[in-house]
Amino acid sequence: MGRVSLRFVLGRVLAALPVLAGVVVLTFVLMRLLPADPAAFYATGPAMGPAEVEALRRQLGLDRTVAEQLLIYLRDLGTGNLGRSMVTGQPVTEDLALRLPASVELTIAGFLLALLVALPLGILAATRPDSAIDHLTRVIATTGVSMPTFVTGLVLIFVFYFLLGWAPDPTSRYDLFLPQSPRLTGFLTLDTLVDGNWEQFGAVAARLVLPAATMALFAIAPLARMTRASMLAALQGDFVRTARALGLSPAKVLLTYALRNALIPVVTMMGMVLSYMLGANVLVEKVFAWPGIGSYALDALVASDYAPVQGFVLVVAAIFVVLNLVVDLVYAAVDPRVGLG
Amino acid sequence: MSGATLRHIRHVVATNPVTLAAVLLFAAILLAALLGARLAPLDPLQTDVARALRPPSAVNWFGTDHLGRDVFSRTLVATRLDLLIAVSAVSLSFVAGCAVGALTGYFGGLADRVVGRLVDVLMAFPLFVLAMAMVAALGNTVANIIYATAIINLPFYIRFARAEVNLRRAAGYVLSARLAGASDGRILARVLVPNIMPVMVVQMSLNMGWAILNAAGLSFIGMGVKPPTPEWGIMVAQGASHVTSGHWWVALFPGLALVVTVFAFNLLGDGLRDIVDPRRRT
Repeated sequence: MGRVSLRFVLGRVLAALPVLAGVVVLTFVLMRLLPADPAAFYATGPAMGPAEVEALRRQLGLDRTVAEQLLIYLRDLGTGNLGRSMVTGQPVTEDLALRLPASVELTIAGFLLALLVALPLGILAATRPDSAIDHLTRVIATTGVSMPTFVTGLVLIFVFYFLLGWAPDPTSRYDLFLPQSPRLTGFLTLDTLVDGNWEQFGAVAARLVLPAATMALFAIAPLARMTRASMLAALQGDFVRTARALGLSPAKVLLTYALRNALIPVVTMMGMVLSYMLGANVLVEKVFAWPGIGSYALDALVASDYAPVQGFVLVVAAIFVVLNLVVDLVYAAVDPRVGLG
Repeated sequence: MSGATLRHIRHVVATNPVTLAAVLLFAAILLAALLGARLAPLDPLQTDVARALRPPSAVNWFGTDHLGRDVFSRTLVATRLDLLIAVSAVSLSFVAGCAVGALTGYFGGLADRVVGRLVDVLMAFPLFVLAMAMVAALGNTVANIIYATAIINLPFYIRFARAEVNLRRAAGYVLSARLAGASDGRILARVLVPNIMPVMVVQMSLNMGWAILNAAGLSFIGMGVKPPTPEWGIMVAQGASHVTSGHWWVALFPGLALVVTVFAFNLLGDGLRDIVDPRRRT
């Protein structure tokens, strides 16, 4: 694991920079240039005459050249200024910082849940090809990728909230009638744990289960399929035959030798799945009224309030670029053939 | 299609009955898309508030929604629009992706590197979020949903076509065509593109289900399709608020139509892949 050299890390970080620059420019193009004139969006009220629209354009910097606008945009970005939301009246940066933990907590919970199911399922299917568990894995995988997250979420709400009454009602992240814990990280599971607020922790965890399961159901399919395929390949490798011939226990052969080698493509798949989940967040947050950045951007979009949408796209893309960087580095740590340079 | 190919297809279908089921399911969906408006027992737009939120019955097989409209008729009629969006979007990215990918893969050079970088940037976005932002920027219409879905799929087709052409540019049959005096354009159009077509078509059918999900997701969050037009995504969105009060049928049936359609396309894609390229089976 210690083989990942500093030079390799630096090289990867530098390689991510042009992509990040491209993301910034594309976001700018999307939000500033494509709508014929953002001022016209705001200027729908009857009180807005040509003079008022012109004043608004000047206030938004739209009377300048595109190059000047891009420079102003970059300067704002550099100082962490993403504009102000017309709906909440707050700076977008503050709004996003307030809501980001909710989205991240949901994504991580969903991702861990998916790994917990997908890895054992994939390994079992690979060790017993064409058995019942193998077919079950295939059915789960194909069904999983065919289910839109917003339908899965609604079905789960109907079954576990309406029919069985096991889940709390899907309208908030915590129990409004219990004392709240002070905000430390914004991750309510952590905040309530630190506070020792067990009752609220239970309420928070119960509210996290259904949306996390919705996210996980889609993610299980690609992860389980990839685990199965690469485990199957690894189990046919010479090193597994050697390990078996040397009399190592089946569990050690499977988990230490085969799994470590099989995990390499799975790590790549994890990066793709996590990025997909960041996008799916929007739909899941809408279904469960989850107060994350996705539902924030949606509310803004409906109100033609473009600064929050732009900030949201930028933040999510930036997280995504960083995430891919991390996947590259993890990849190098898992695969001894990468990262020697 | 030669006799050997037909025999191979028959063999694949015989050993994998799931593919046959997928073909039948696909035919049924196609029929619904073509004849949906004629087959619908009731007018999909006819409201009747006195009969709002009735559960499934002999008259309303899938029940009625909050305005008393027949959910079965609406679900059936919506098939055409949902398929139309997905098929148009995927066709656009297929054609553009094949062209750009084949050209850059064949000639390489600066254009190849520039396109490669652009593709990297596009893929640096979570694709659904990018589509959302594009529809917001371009304007909230069905056509823009198609363009946005086409653009977010484009990188995959470009990469795939580029890799497949690059792999074959020094193949024996390409060299022999060049020796026979064929120009670059002729080699690309007559030799390389027909050769990569089968794998590209498989890619397209695997991609179709995803495109349907993406388009329905966009209309679920209120982009593109406007009420009262029947479309699965928007119907699920309208039924969502009734699920917590137990009126499950308004959202469930259009959602189920979505799942079945995507399921059929995914199975069909898997089956096609087994026919065209048996080694990629997982």
